[in-house]
Amino acid sequence: MSQAPFYVSPEQLMKDRADFARKGIARGRSVVVLRYDEGILLLAENPSPTLHKIAEIYDRIGFAAVGKYNEFETMRQAGVRYADLRGYSYHRSDVTARGLTNAYAQTLAGVFTTESKPFEVELVVAELGLTAETDQLYRLSYDGSVIDETEHVAIGGQADDITATLKDLSTSVLPLREVFDHGVRALATAASGTVPTQDLEAAVLDRNASGHRTFKRLSDAMMAQLRED
Amino acid sequence: MSGFSPAFLSSTSNSFIELARAVAPEALPTTAGHDLGHLAPEGTTIICFRTATGILMAGDRRATIGNMIASHSMEKVRPADDFSVIGIAGTAGLALDLIRLYQLELEHYEKIEGARLSLGGKANRLASMLRGNLSLAMQGLSVVPLFAGVDEATPAGQIFSFDVTGGKYEEHRFHSIGSGSGYARGALKKLWRPDLHTDAAISVAVEALFDASDDDSATGGPDFVRQIAPTIFTVDLEHGVVEIPSADVMSIAIEVSDRRTRKAQS
Repeated sequence: MSQAPFYVSPEQLMKDRADFARKGIARGRSVVVLRYDEGILLLAENPSPTLHKIAEIYDRIGFAAVGKYNEFETMRQAGVRYADLRGYSYHRSDVTARGLTNAYAQTLAGVFTTESKPFEVELVVAELGLTAETDQLYRLSYDGSVIDETEHVAIGGQADDITATLKDLSTSVLPLREVFDHGVRALATAASGTVPTQDLEAAVLDRNASGHRTFKRLSDAMMAQLRED
Repeated sequence: MSGFSPAFLSSTSNSFIELARAVAPEALPTTAGHDLGHLAPEGTTIICFRTATGILMAGDRRATIGNMIASHSMEKVRPADDFSVIGIAGTAGLALDLIRLYQLELEHYEKIEGARLSLGGKANRLASMLRGNLSLAMQGLSVVPLFAGVDEATPAGQIFSFDVTGGKYEEHRFHSIGSGSGYARGALKKLWRPDLHTDAAISVAVEALFDASDDDSATGGPDFVRQIAPTIFTVDLEHGVVEIPSADVMSIAIEVSDRRTRKAQS
């Protein structure tokens, strides 16, 4: 017997890790990121008012995550550090979602293959373009794989259901009120029920923002107003 | 490239400067050598006082190297964040760098922690940045800031002055820094009242800077030829930091100048 007694094939190893990560992610509620005519809406079902799933990375870059809190919080902070350092060393306009997404992808892939357990997270990096045509949405998985989306993107346990509900919908031509409505409906359908406003967390990257920072959290009052029709 | 280095992934620091010192020290302002003070542009008058609703800070626009005017349009008063302003006197290049670094330090903290620093926290942070710059000050490249703002705990606002060693002092009515500060403070002693509303406050600020530019060669007055007005910001809890449009400042500067012309000719 020359073979090691505890040999596990690489295929099996990767599959086990992926299953482990997927199971962890499936336990949590979903997040959906949708473009609208004047910006990008980040929307999550999140009963906690302080432990955010949605956050500001930089002037025009937003971040959304699902999975294990401490792990995506580490990724969020790393993103803020990366963006601020880059913006300071070069120029604010040199901080791009693509560069950030690459760094995230490399980190997630490294953890997935070399650490004892993969990160149980999925991320969305959204960049608000100067014009609507240059908006960017990137979805990152626990193994570092990246997909770019055009209109909207969902992550988390019910991502497939949400994507199915929003299928064929071009949100980038609709106003915020309608897109917010579609987003909430998709989250509610996936959660098989209704989502009260206080259980929603939402923020926008607003193309009409006056300063250089375009990220704005929507308060419960603002969300209630958006839901009134 | 292989993702984030460990410094990015550790969750121990909310300070941008600590991060930059660890991973990109070359990006932070440093100089090598001896006394460089005579080579770099400097000079300023910055004034700051309480108004009926909050704080007003104003600064002239001139930078000088020795007896030469290096710039007519430098902006030495800037918003530090949405609820505070910073004005800097001293070596121009370092001053502007310090403002940029300080703005980023506050923004970085806000993003990492998900909450703003308190006003006192912001002032202490600035003081420790100055202590970090002490070696530059020893080379003749000193910068002295004036910092003011409001927060929920102090809606009426607070004004802080500093020295090059990082000493922090709260000022209760008005204060001025820079080469023309003595003349400006003299004017403020006569003109300042606790109940100044926006227009009256702008007028007092322009008068004080006018006096400073009258007697200090390193302070510039309102420039009627190029239409360059002093920078003026107000801060209150309701509106945050507001920059007074240059045209408004200019029209008040014209009134002040007319008043003085009449007095001089009478």
